[in-house]
Formats: sequence, C-alpha cells, structure tokens
Amino acid sequence: MIVELTVNGEQVTARVTHPGSLLDLLRDDLGLLGSKNACEQGECGSCSVVLDGELVCSCLVMAADAANSSVTTVEGVSPEDGLHPVQEAMHRAGAVQCGFCTPGIVVAAVDLFARNPHPSGTEIKEALAGNICRCTGYGAIIRALEAVEIGAET
Amino acid sequence: MAPRVRAPEGGVGESPLRPDGAAKLRGEFDYAQDLSAEGMLWAATVRSPHARARIVAIDLAPALAIGGVHACLTADDVPGRGTFGLEHPDQPVLAADEVRFWGEPVAVVAAEDPDTARRAAAAIEVRYEELDALTDAEEADRSDEVFRRLRIRRGDQALHGTVVVEGEYEVGMQDQAPLGTEAGLAIPDGEGGVDLYATSQYVHVDHEQVVASLGLRPEQVRAHPTGIGGAFGAREDVNLHIHLCMLALHTGRPVKMVYQRSESFTGHVHRHPAWLRYRHEADEDGRLVRVEARVVIDGGAYASTTSAVLANACYFAVGPYRSDSVSVDGVGARTNNPPCGAMRGFGAVQVCFAYEAQMDRLAGALGMDPLDLRELNALGTGDSMATTGQVIDTPLPTLDVIKSLRAMPLPEPATSAHHSDLPGGSGLTTEPHHVRRGVGYALGLKNLGFSEGSDDYAQARVRLTSEGAVVETAAIEVGQGLVTVLGQIARSALGISNVEVAHVDTSRIDSAGSTSASRQTQLSGGATLEAATRLRHRVLAHHDGDQLDDQGVWRDDELLVEWSALGEEGWEETVTFRHPPTTGPDENGQGVIHADFAVAGHRAVVDVDTELGLVKVVRVDTAQDVGLALNPQSVRGQIEGGILQGVGLAVMEELVMKEGVILNATFTDYLLPTILDAPDVEALLIEREGSWGPFGAKGVGEPPTISSTAAVAAAIRAASGKELNRVPIRPQDIALE
Repeated sequence: MIVELTVNGEQVTARVTHPGSLLDLLRDDLGLLGSKNACEQGECGSCSVVLDGELVCSCLVMAADAANSSVTTVEGVSPEDGLHPVQEAMHRAGAVQCGFCTPGIVVAAVDLFARNPHPSGTEIKEALAGNICRCTGYGAIIRALEAVEIGAET
Repeated sequence: MAPRVRAPEGGVGESPLRPDGAAKLRGEFDYAQDLSAEGMLWAATVRSPHARARIVAIDLAPALAIGGVHACLTADDVPGRGTFGLEHPDQPVLAADEVRFWGEPVAVVAAEDPDTARRAAAAIEVRYEELDALTDAEEADRSDEVFRRLRIRRGDQALHGTVVVEGEYEVGMQDQAPLGTEAGLAIPDGEGGVDLYATSQYVHVDHEQVVASLGLRPEQVRAHPTGIGGAFGAREDVNLHIHLCMLALHTGRPVKMVYQRSESFTGHVHRHPAWLRYRHEADEDGRLVRVEARVVIDGGAYASTTSAVLANACYFAVGPYRSDSVSVDGVGARTNNPPCGAMRGFGAVQVCFAYEAQMDRLAGALGMDPLDLRELNALGTGDSMATTGQVIDTPLPTLDVIKSLRAMPLPEPATSAHHSDLPGGSGLTTEPHHVRRGVGYALGLKNLGFSEGSDDYAQARVRLTSEGAVVETAAIEVGQGLVTVLGQIARSALGISNVEVAHVDTSRIDSAGSTSASRQTQLSGGATLEAATRLRHRVLAHHDGDQLDDQGVWRDDELLVEWSALGEEGWEETVTFRHPPTTGPDENGQGVIHADFAVAGHRAVVDVDTELGLVKVVRVDTAQDVGLALNPQSVRGQIEGGILQGVGLAVMEELVMKEGVILNATFTDYLLPTILDAPDVEALLIEREGSWGPFGAKGVGEPPTISSTAAVAAAIRAASGKELNRVPIRPQDIALE
C-alpha cells in the first residue's frame, strides 16, 4: 500500500510492501538513519520519534498505521547547523559515548523540554525511563539535561 | 613580553568535546547498521535449535527456489580453514556434522532484501538427530571436558590461620548487551579480494581469521574500523565476519547482515558463569595467612577466550590483598552451553564477588570493621601478589582507595516519599516502613593490557598535514573516547591544537591490538605519544627550531617555517609500542604474569524492601586508581558506565539457561538498568605517577565493573541479613530464602 505522511515537516510517500514498522519505513524507505534499531520490542527507546505529538518507539508502530500522521525524528529536531540546546548540553557534559542510544534520547529529551521547560531531576528521569543507555550509566545525561537552558525561541 | 608561541588547546588533562559527538547527537554518525553499497544483498543465518545434535542432512532447495535468493552456503562452501577462534581456531565457521550449542550457525543465505533473506533461512531444511547435551560445568570437569586447568600454589602449604571462613558462591551469565547489534557489510573488490566493514573490537584479528577461512592472501582482505554501538567484550570474537566475506565473494555483490536482538544474544559470547569455593584463614589480628579457592567457569561449546578468562579469575582470586599461603585450582569447562568469552572485567569480576564476601565474613568472624580488615591486608607497591608472587612495581594505591572510601560522607536515610526513590519504583508496591538501608564495601584488582607472555603491542602513525596532524590507528573506538584521547596525547606531545584521529584499515597500518583489557589508552596512547614526540624532535632538528605550535616552527620567538609549508614536507612517524614484557606461569602458577594493575573500591548504599525482595541501589561511590586522568570527563564516563554494569550483574542481569537454551534472549526479558535504576555516583580519581602508560595514565575501563557488583551485594546483605551467595540477587533470594 501507499502511505503518505509528514516527516520532519515534509510530505512524503512510501510504498509499504511488507508488514514493516514505522522504523523500517524511516530507515529503509526514507533513508533517515538517525533512528536506531536496537531491540525491535519497544524496550530501549533507540528508535524514539514524535508521532502526532506523542513520543513513541517507532519499532512498535506499524508503518501502515502512520499514514496521514506527522512524524518528527532526530533529523527533524537537529538544526540545519550546530546543535539544539539539548544536543549541545549533552555534547558538553560527555553524555555521548557509543552514541547508539543518543538519537532516541535526544528526541525524548527535546519532547520533554517542549512540554516542560524546567523539569526537575525526577521528571527528567521519568521522561527518559524508556531509553536504555549501556555506556554512560546515565550520570552525564542527567547532568546535561539539568543544565539545559531553553531559550525564548523554543 | 608574552611569548608568541601558543600552547595547544585540547591537550592532556582537558576534556575536549568528542570529535564524533555532534554527528552522533544529530543521528548522522555511520554505524555498521547504517552502511550500504550499490547492488547490495542482505544476509541471514540459519542457527541450530538444539544444544547438541548430529546434522543428518541439509536441504537448500526450498530456499534456493525463493525468488531473489542468490546464495545458500554451508560448511562445504568454506574455501579455507573450516574453523575460527580468537585464541584457538576450534569453532566451525558453519557447523559441518555436529552442532554443539543452541544458536550455532549452520548455513548462511544472501538475498535481495532482508525479509527474503530471513524467509530463505527459515526455508532451509536441516535434519538433526539430537544428542545428549553436556550443560553442567562440574560434570564437564569430571569428564575432563575442559579448555584449561590452572593450578596456583604459593608459600608454605602447611600454614594455617586460627580464624577460618568458608563459602560457596555463584555468578550467573551476564550479557554485554551493547545497544548496536552485530552488523557488517562486505564488498568484493572485483579481483578476488574483499573489504569488510563490521562491528569489531580488533580488526587485525578479524582479518587474520577471515584470511584463513577464505583461503586468501592477507593483502586480499581489508578489515575496516567501523562505527560500533558499544562492545564491552562482545566484539572481540568473529561472528558474521567470515560469513559476509564468503557470501560477497560467492555472489560478487556487496552483502550486508544485521543481527536482530534475539540473534545477537546467541551471536556473541557472554560473561562466564562461575562457581567458586573459598576458604580464608587469618590469624587472631586479622592478617590473612592462607587463601584456598576453587574456580570453575563455564566456557560453553568453543574456546573463545576461556583460557585467558580462567587465568585472570585464578590470578585475581585473592584480590588486592596479601596472603602468605595460597592455593587456587581453576577449571575452564567445555560444555554445550553458548560460548563465553570477554566481558568487561574478564574473570576478575566473578572472583571479586566471592573474595569480597569472604573478606566481610572474615571481618565478622574477627569482630573487625570490614575496611580495617582490608586495610590491614592491603596489597600495595613493592608487595608480592598473593597468587603469582609477582612484585608490584608500578603504583598501586590500595590504601589510598580505602582511605578515600572512608572519608566519603554517607547519604541521609531516604526521607522523600517519591515512588521513584523507593525500591520497586513506579510499581508503588513498597511501604516505606518495610525498607531497610544497607551499606557495603568492596575492592577489586585488575590487570591492564594482555598478560602471560603475550606479545602485546599497538602501532600508531602521526602525520603532519597542511592543517595540522593526523593520528592513524586501527584501534577501535567503541564509545569509550579513544578518538578523543589519542588526539589529546598528540596535541600535548606536538604542541599543536589541530589534530585529528583517523581509523584506518588493516592494509594501512599494523595492529593496535584489541580494544579490551583496559589497554588502548596505555598501548595506542603510548604509541601515539612516542610517534608524536619523535616527530616533533625530528622536525625541530631538521629546521634547527626550538618550538612547534599551530603557526609552525619557531626559534627564539621567530617563526622559521610556517605551518602551510611544514605540512607539505611529508613528515610522518610510525611507532609500535610494547608494554613491559610478561611471562607465562610456571608449574605453580608463579611468574611476572601482568604488565600493570589498577585498584578500585566501591561503597554501595541500598534500600531493600525485605518483605518483597525489592532493591533500590541509592548510591555507589568509588575511588579508583587511574594513574593520570588524561580526560577527566571520559574517565568519569567510564566509571559511571562501568558501575552501572556492575549494578546490573548484582541485581538484575542474567541470561537464564535451561539445558543449553537461553530462555530470555530479548530486551523484554533480559533486564538492563534504566535511568531509574541508576545510582548516584561520586567518583574520586586517585592519581599517582609511575605507570608506563602515556604521561603515567592507566587504563580505566574495567576497574569500575570489578568490585561494584560485590559492593552492592554486600550492601544488600547488610540490609537483609541474608547470605546471598549468588548474583544476580533476585527478589526471591531476599524475600523467600
């Protein structure tokens, strides 16, 4: 079937020929490789995207079910040049090691700050409870997000 | 007058931004999973559904009949050596007549797309005749099914203490669970050779094994360092590498393969489960007189690194303590369980859980404070290791570690009623009045670099370019920050700021060795430092200068040669760095076995709901011997990440086995610590000069994982009053036993 949807503000059309996930559609059909596949079960959050305003694991959404929806991926939250304040804070705090979880954490954290510009430590942890990082022990990620200053433009 | 020569930015001791950080944050970094090539096929693997079986027949026809299938290969199609292995080539590339573990590869296919490849793999009909599987390590020992035995005897074996504690301990099978699964792309070069881009910790050893099994000349295969989503030991062994190259050469097309998570759990080696029996004897003052240990680890079906893991477990069986008399017997069992190999800590983790429980019990029997007992017996510089007798001749600040742990303030008891701060978290099942707090301590010792007489080296090249300098290396960046620290070392040594690190393939540089054993900062860092230092001296001597900076060559505040000109002169220096030589063990396990050591200690604070058996790890504080912290932020990253993997082994991470089958090979069932499980960490870096690493640096990757597990276990014992001789500690171990 043909699936039309908006990805990072652009109208796209993809032919879904197999029972694939939204993650498959993003990676294999649209070449948006920032969303990562690490567990295929919605346990690790590496494939996190925002679907019609909701943070979801794109591996758990059938591609066909994403028809006519609006999706924001890590590519969509990254500015043309430079880094989003969340990305910048993570960069400075040493919150990136292997980086495989990083795009999903960026999407989840940007979504958090969009809803709650001044989250508490507990709110940060709850917002990222669905994102597994195997490298950092999370300390640097928490320190990074506690230091995020979201400017007036966002 | 201010000198015009400028000091470099981003040198040693700073924490510059990771050069790959922005790309990773933007989702633009290329991992092996993300690679593609024109005309690429996709591969899939047929795996054994039995722990042990005879292969009666394989029928490829149903798979070959599927449209879009280009190749189905079995053991008969391996052109060269039919087996591979990191230390001993005993593992079939594809099983020929018998499968020896659940998940062992039997055939591989290549097809137009991943779905077709998986359908084709499922369509291949393999007829098996099931055989009795050997899945018990003790039984393997009795049947002499072993990869290695190691016997250590030191001191007067008739010595005995007056205070004796004995215990039996068990460590479950932990998985590295790197977030990126195994993946790779092999591209035929059109002349019979192949380029391989695959997840790896050690491209030169992959190269060796691919060359042998493909029957090619070394120069026909190039293994390229590739973006990798974590490793922790899981990437030392070959898995899909030879398969991809076979399929690429067979089809003449680029071939890609990506393991799904459940396949990844069978496709890489795990941490060895271990069974440990200990007897500690001390005199009335608490001085260790004799330690006896029996160490059994299950290596699974094939050798991988079991010999070296067993050796580490035995050599570190007493930990960072002195003892006059020692007896250790180690067994690396061969079974039909999944192969086990390297994981962060490499044998030292399993024994630490046991010897630290013993030290606490000994302190209890003596009526001593646990830290006082450790201080009394602490192994330090100039002492002989209790097991091997090796004299420690690099700094080993065990006493400083203990002193630092003592000085760290303890947190207040939990007053917050927020559910995420209580055991069980958002399950909201815990009542605060059932929660008891416990505090536990543990110390661990780890070797740095390869041991037992191996020729351990790393090559690095430093080249000057018109922009600055490039460090070339085949060492693998797994996330730890080698790509940052090699640049820092070169900047400090050259005196310039603009340094890049380039990961180059096996044809362009000699081996850097494995990114394991906490060794790359010391080994590849050592090679980089020596190459950059020599290059600077040569450039200055050639131009008769006295300083080098980003502007060029200086003498007496005069710029003699501008960088743009210097960069055109083709300067380069290649260095192969070796650590101090080591020896194998004699018949009593004695020798100069290790090149360097690091000690770390952990103090864990836990809250335990003893009624429900739920645990919240509140804090794990640490003091770690780091030599010199070349990049304090990266060191802290290694410490915090390593501690959480230790916490995982203590309270949740285990591959559950039943008759050789992994029952929980998914992220739903294999529990990994989330951000809500992560304790707060205070880390004190103990810096002491004298190691042979660059600027005195020691490796920092593994020590955080050695004793954090043991410290958490000790804290849970303190809170619950239970013996808890097995990790991971499950709720039923606390609430029901």
